[in-house]
Amino acid sequence: MSEDRLSRVFAALADPTRRDIVARLAVGDATVGQLAAPYDVSIQAVSKHLKVLEDAGLVSRSRDAQRRPRHLEAEVFDLMTAWIERYRRQAEERYRRLDAVLASMDDEASGTARATDARSAEKEPITNEGAAS
Amino acid sequence: MSTNAAHETTTRETTIEADPKLPTIRIIRDFAAPPDKVFRAWIDPELVVQWLGPKSTEMRLDQWNARTGGNYRYAALQDGQEVAAFYGSFHEVRRNERLVQTFTWEGMPDGVSLETMTFEDLGDGRTRTIGLSVVENLEARDAIMASGMEVGVYEGYEKLDALLAKD
Repeated sequence: MSEDRLSRVFAALADPTRRDIVARLAVGDATVGQLAAPYDVSIQAVSKHLKVLEDAGLVSRSRDAQRRPRHLEAEVFDLMTAWIERYRRQAEERYRRLDAVLASMDDEASGTARATDARSAEKEPITNEGAAS
Repeated sequence: MSTNAAHETTTRETTIEADPKLPTIRIIRDFAAPPDKVFRAWIDPELVVQWLGPKSTEMRLDQWNARTGGNYRYAALQDGQEVAAFYGSFHEVRRNERLVQTFTWEGMPDGVSLETMTFEDLGDGRTRTIGLSVVENLEARDAIMASGMEVGVYEGYEKLDALLAKD
């Protein structure tokens, strides 16, 4: 997916109403009227949201058919999986640095000394609040 | 995401679970060190700064009172400038077993999550950590999951791959 396309996808999904529309289309196709029903907004407002989702390639519909049901592109599910994988990789990268920290601690101390160190870390808290501002 | 069936990515590395019906994120990871050592790396300020903050930034601990009832605040610095700051309480510090904290990103002051980390002794000098984050609603959870990608839109895939998690 190109970066430009990604930008449009994320802009489209940044809005909670549009995310909700996507969530409902994930269950099954729906017409504009059906999609508008739960919201306190006009059909036109929902149509605008759908236009944004269509421009981002997340939602499709039959040609020139205003009443035709909207359909969620299967690719969206891949995108969601990709988000989780991305998040997972970020966590993994952080934890690999922790792996390195743990390895560097090997030479430092025995089990007893470790506990002492941890205790002293608690006893000597960092409180340079002035530096925060 | 809340819009799909069970989303779970499992490898021998970090495992993430995002329940489609609950506003939670569960992060599971095994470490080749005993619980006391892993726990210390989590609370000792000199060790925490070496791994917890985002990779592209320097981490500055402004407050770090890692005891039950204590508090913390830290900032991420880029070229000496504060680009993000986080704070919260240490709800419980139970040595080598359990760490419970509240967590707020100052950029979204009304948002707060409850972070529970448990340290399981796997024997043979190994530890499994299970981190559970509970946020206000599914929308907030999904925003957190997607946040790394939003940064990526601006910084590009290459840099994104090197980025680290929300905190």
